[in-house]
Amino acid sequence: MTFVPDFGDDDGDRKICFIASKGTLDMVYPSLVMANAALGEGIETHIFFTFWGMDIVTKKHMDDLQFTWLGNTAMHPPGKKLHMPQGMAGLPGVTAMATKMMKKQIADLDVPEVPEFVQMIADAGGHLWACKMSVDMMGLTKEDMIPEIEDIISATDFIELSEGAQVIFT
Amino acid sequence: MPVTTIAGTEVTVDDEGFMTEYDEWNEEIAAELAANIGIELGEGHWQVIKFLREDYKEQGETPMLRRVSNVGGVPTKELFQLFPKKPAKKMSYIAGVPKPHGCV
Repeated sequence: MTFVPDFGDDDGDRKICFIASKGTLDMVYPSLVMANAALGEGIETHIFFTFWGMDIVTKKHMDDLQFTWLGNTAMHPPGKKLHMPQGMAGLPGVTAMATKMMKKQIADLDVPEVPEFVQMIADAGGHLWACKMSVDMMGLTKEDMIPEIEDIISATDFIELSEGAQVIFT
Repeated sequence: MPVTTIAGTEVTVDDEGFMTEYDEWNEEIAAELAANIGIELGEGHWQVIKFLREDYKEQGETPMLRRVSNVGGVPTKELFQLFPKKPAKKMSYIAGVPKPHGCV
């Protein structure tokens, strides 16, 4: 008797759409990590970048996303039962320091920085879309964004393309 | 653990069919495992399989796609062409190493 794993090649109809609406370093990873995992499972995957999420695919900003714990009471120094004072987060230079620390933690896990991650997702066959309203609001053009963006689409276009998909807002 | 015969050799596999004993693997077995899932092994496949086996031996865990691409030198796009749809699982199945467990 032979055992052959079921790789689900014939399933084929699962589809996932992520809406990436945030541009803070900690909030861009959820959609990138999950989209990458979905692609690795052979699932048709789309990411719709909107509002602050536009920074993830804008050439000028994608390598310079920042992290702050201002407003985030769940911020503890790794492994310690301590709270970081909210007021401290607002001091000059603290965002840069917190960003540097988080980037190091991400790199230590061998997880790529945002530009490389987006490229990986595009190479794996992920579909990347930019939100028309955000593009207009921010005065962006297609040239400001990475070439892997397939198109600038409206909310209605997104609703059409996500028909039958699992939609995840991040 | 079930024992099955692949390419004339008895090998131990888990319930899904992934080999569990690193040293029971050989190239004939790889070719038959690949054929089981509709893949005919070419030069590109072998490069990936050899990297997976070497890296698993050194690191003690199966590399994720990013590592196969960055360290093993096979671009992501090509990995998806060589092992369609679920490259990480398919390549580890053929290479006789466990499924990768990381997130990225």
